[in-house]
Amino acid sequence: MAIRLSEIVRNNHASLLSEWISELKSTLSRKLIKESELEEQCAAFLTALDHGVSSGQTRSLEDKSWGETKEVLGSVSRTRAQAGYSPSETALFVFALKKPLFARIAKEVPPAELAAEQWNATVLLDQLGLYVTEMYQRSREEVIARQQQEMLELSTPVVKLWDGILALPMIGTLDSARTQVVMETLLQRIVETGSAVAILDITGVPTVDTLVAQHLLKTIAAARLMGADCIISGIRPQIAQTIVHLGVDLGTVTTKATLADAFALALRRTGQSVVRIAAPKKKDSEADKERKERE
Amino acid sequence: MERIPILRMGKYLLVTIQVDMHDRLAMQLQEDLTSRIAKDQARGVLIDISALDIVDSFIGRMLADIAGMSRILDAQTVVVGMQPAVAITLVELGLSLQGVRTALDVERGMKLLEQSLGDATSIAHSGEDDGPGGES
Repeated sequence: MAIRLSEIVRNNHASLLSEWISELKSTLSRKLIKESELEEQCAAFLTALDHGVSSGQTRSLEDKSWGETKEVLGSVSRTRAQAGYSPSETALFVFALKKPLFARIAKEVPPAELAAEQWNATVLLDQLGLYVTEMYQRSREEVIARQQQEMLELSTPVVKLWDGILALPMIGTLDSARTQVVMETLLQRIVETGSAVAILDITGVPTVDTLVAQHLLKTIAAARLMGADCIISGIRPQIAQTIVHLGVDLGTVTTKATLADAFALALRRTGQSVVRIAAPKKKDSEADKERKERE
Repeated sequence: MERIPILRMGKYLLVTIQVDMHDRLAMQLQEDLTSRIAKDQARGVLIDISALDIVDSFIGRMLADIAGMSRILDAQTVVVGMQPAVAITLVELGLSLQGVRTALDVERGMKLLEQSLGDATSIAHSGEDDGPGGES
């Protein structure tokens, strides 16, 4: 039976391809990839499908004769996921083949075997369709994982504000993994720079719940163990309310409303001060010009 | 049996932990240190743990205990040079050593000791010794 399917695919290669492509073009409303690319993908898939079907293993895609087909479908899913197609639009790539293929089957297979042959083809195409969706999902997940990693690296900078003063502007929600990274980088930088004061700025943290507060307190306790003081800054009024309502005890920690206040305190603690220099004198050339104008 | 050396610097005692701390060594140190504080009439103890990279709950508790014992014997304790990994471990173990003072390195630890003792003795010296902390 499978032999028949492979014969149908091989003998009607060109007409199947053209019908399939036109079917795809009519069902896909959005044109996010180039037509030439689409045609190329369709041709590659049909050739691979022919190869797979001729092996006779239409029940399962595990056989190695389907390797080529899977590869083609993998790259198709990837390009579509990147182009911004939805999962169903991506799966349609395979399902659009049903109409032209089933028309051929109905025409060429004798009525006695028709039902069985159609069932065979349906099972095969469904499996391929599912595989496409799976690959689509996987490539999206890869994107998410990469972005998460990038966020983790981007969002935990430790900056040296002044001699002996570090600042840690935290942005985004704090979860356990991020807090671990934050804690490690902060402590490492404290050792490297020999800083006695660290300012944790939580202006960019959208919400503070008990878990986040606990993470913060842990970081502060660890820094204190190493001999550095921590100041929390950038607590927004809503967050102050939340912290008190939750009953989180920040009594042992110095808190300031803004980073500037925290910086001023840090300077005082390290025995340093920033003074305003005398009003800048006008440059000589400007003074000359003024004198000439007066004359 | 190996022991952790305790050095005397004026009115301070200096302990540098350079070997892996095991429980018996820790107990020995506790005993030696308390007797030395009493004998030398030390006013401050500085423990340098910058070479310590593994710590367990027992050692953590021992540090807190030493600080507590020293306080009873009227000596201030400062722990200096804790490694980031050690600090994280102690916090995760729930030992934040509330009663122990800390500093980044020996120099700052010494300054901290002098400052706190300077405050305590300034009444006796009627302000003539206000500690080197004010000069920097």
